[in-house]
Amino acid sequence: MNKDILVCGVGGQGTVLASRIIAAAAMDEGSPVHSAETIGMAQRGGSVTSHVRIGGEAYSPMIPFGAADMILAFEPGEAVRNLRYLRRGGTAVVNTAAVKPVTESLKGTGYDGSEMTAYLGKKCDCIFVNAEEVCAPFGSSKFFNIIMLGVAAGSGHLGLSRETLLKQIEKNVPARFLDVNIRAFNAGIEIAGQANANLKGER
Amino acid sequence: MKRYVMGNGAIALGALSAGVRLVAGYPGTPSSEIIETVSKVPHEGVHLEWSVNEKAALEVAAAAAYSGARAMVTMKQMGLNVASDPLMSVAYIGVKGGLVIVSADDPGPISSQTEQDTRRFADFCRIPVFDPSSPEEAYEMIREAFEYSEKYSTPVLFRPTTRVCHAYASIETPDAFTPGAYDGFERDPSRWVIFPRLSYLNHGKIEKRNEEIGKDFSSFRFNTVEGKETGKAVIASGVSYTYVKECLKGRDDIRLIRVATAFPFPEEFILKALNGVEEVLCVEELSPYIEEQTLKTAGKHHLPLRVSGKLDGSVPHNGENSVELCSGILDRFLGIRTGREQTDLSDAPALPVRPPVLCAGCPHRASFYAVKQAMKGKKAVFCGDIGCYTLGNAMPLDMVDTCLCMGAGITMAQGLSHMNPDTVCFAFVGDSTFFASGMTGVVNAVYNEADIILCVLDNSTTAMTGHQPHPGTGRNMMGNVVEKVSIEKVLEGIGVKKVLTVDPLNLEESVRAVRECAGEKGVCAIVFRSPCVALTKPEGKCAIDAGKCVNCKKCIREIGCPALIVSDGQVTVDRNLCTGCGLCGCVCPVKAIGKEGET
Repeated sequence: MNKDILVCGVGGQGTVLASRIIAAAAMDEGSPVHSAETIGMAQRGGSVTSHVRIGGEAYSPMIPFGAADMILAFEPGEAVRNLRYLRRGGTAVVNTAAVKPVTESLKGTGYDGSEMTAYLGKKCDCIFVNAEEVCAPFGSSKFFNIIMLGVAAGSGHLGLSRETLLKQIEKNVPARFLDVNIRAFNAGIEIAGQANANLKGER
Repeated sequence: MKRYVMGNGAIALGALSAGVRLVAGYPGTPSSEIIETVSKVPHEGVHLEWSVNEKAALEVAAAAAYSGARAMVTMKQMGLNVASDPLMSVAYIGVKGGLVIVSADDPGPISSQTEQDTRRFADFCRIPVFDPSSPEEAYEMIREAFEYSEKYSTPVLFRPTTRVCHAYASIETPDAFTPGAYDGFERDPSRWVIFPRLSYLNHGKIEKRNEEIGKDFSSFRFNTVEGKETGKAVIASGVSYTYVKECLKGRDDIRLIRVATAFPFPEEFILKALNGVEEVLCVEELSPYIEEQTLKTAGKHHLPLRVSGKLDGSVPHNGENSVELCSGILDRFLGIRTGREQTDLSDAPALPVRPPVLCAGCPHRASFYAVKQAMKGKKAVFCGDIGCYTLGNAMPLDMVDTCLCMGAGITMAQGLSHMNPDTVCFAFVGDSTFFASGMTGVVNAVYNEADIILCVLDNSTTAMTGHQPHPGTGRNMMGNVVEKVSIEKVLEGIGVKKVLTVDPLNLEESVRAVRECAGEKGVCAIVFRSPCVALTKPEGKCAIDAGKCVNCKKCIREIGCPALIVSDGQVTVDRNLCTGCGLCGCVCPVKAIGKEGET
């Protein structure tokens, strides 16, 4: 089985850790894995993408346009920026809470992500998550990447078992934050379950 | 054991498994993680260092190789320019232990000043070059690079590109590494002392040897041929090979030739691979090196062959390749369709731009702002340099008038001061760049009586490339705490008459220091010292008193800190980004910004 997963967002959101957990979990399940990170010049605030390619039939380190089975977008504008990677019929998990760049503050373009969310809804199957809302019970936005992993796992499109993902979360987060990370992961699974039920309802 | 590593990690582990005894280099994207990987795995018996620059690194490593030990040097492609002085000469002298010079190229360029091609350097100094296309291959190939280096007693170049350096793969490696045995340096002036006569003799030997290596490379296992012969063939190298392979997935009716050793060119291999081929397309990044060699081979052997690539416009000269770019090129060349179906996105809304900016709380922002404030209304020019602080060019700071190469800011400020005596000439240099190639420029400026103000932006790390230590940090890569080399003492020793040290986050003090220096003749220096925010714990956060704030947005307009955002029309602080540096508070005309809990 070949799966191409693209994780994108803004530097500082924890996308790199999320992609590493996906890669490590896939390896645990016995699949060959390749990944590539394209990181901007800035430490924080720039666009970041991680390409995770699971399976033996991947040659290019980056996912070709129109090939990704799933996009995990931590920011709505970044979801649109990377939408060309998604294959027809692929799924996008999208955070609707925008990260406003400095240029927006300087020029006052009014960017708030809503236009992006509306566009995405027209173009592909989406599971929308609002980071501010879902992170509120956790008191910090730093668990958002694990929530996103939970949504991906719960959607059924990731092709990885929850157990292997959890095992890798355990390995990759500090022990004192493990409990809250497990709760974050489960919260993500619940969000996906709700979204799937809604999608079925619509059809 | 299986390890999931970056291409750079694979290079490091490959070198360790080849018994490398000394690894030296200077940080530079995309090469920095090689040395960092060595430092993170057990490497007892290996001397590891961040050298002050690439020239120093190569000289240290060459001497290790003279001693019979295996040595590796790492750098980015422009570092090879700095190291080119010893490189050209050591190519004539040769080595005893294997010497592999890793020079990572950056097609795009993604984070470099040039799109230069290390393969040209290999040709220029007449030494072999290896070109891996994936992390797995890099791991295997670097071990062979050491073997070739010893077999032919020559330094060799190893040239990965950004996409190989930063790709991840799982690699089976030994659990622990054993450094190789070596004899130690044996005195032999007829071999190790370069003189015109020796260079003359060795030049002849080197050209003869390269013919042999070209034949040897013709059976090199990473020079490969796939697919049936149908009159048309594609030659690819490096990561472009993986793009072409991705496009041609599932077909075997197109001959795909991969060249992993561009110099010395494996002529016999190419002749055999092109047997029966009438048209060949060369897909490579940076310069059309393989294309030119293929043309040369075709001419030499009178082959009825049409060669296309960069030289006939089929492949772009600049920028990096990609699956999509290669797909279009292959479709035109082969008359097939390789692309995938894509959703039409021509109606997408305008995307937010995220240009690289200085981090929230970065002390460089405060330093630039202090100089800008002090020079308001005066004629001044600001020479930048290579590092995070190049981002001082972004609006609203707009404080970089020139930027050329490592250390050039100082000497360019000097040149400007001679030609523009009515202008106050500033040079901004980071701490690591100062040690790498700034010091000689200061000597030059003092000796030649320039009137410049040197601003050393000392954040106690090499931040842009991922926080490597340097002589001013008091730590080295052997894990030892060492005496810090003092920038102030170096400047005083050189003869800089006025050397001031300020905390850039103290705006008032900083502005005063700049004004004080602006009235002086000769070379003055201000060391702006404050640690990189990525390495320190923030001391609280800033908060805006909405009652006092008049929403004039001066804070945003003046300093452009990413932590200042407009939310529902009101200026607010993004708590996730703010480090509590307090610069915005210094700028606020109504004193509405303070530390959280204090406003």
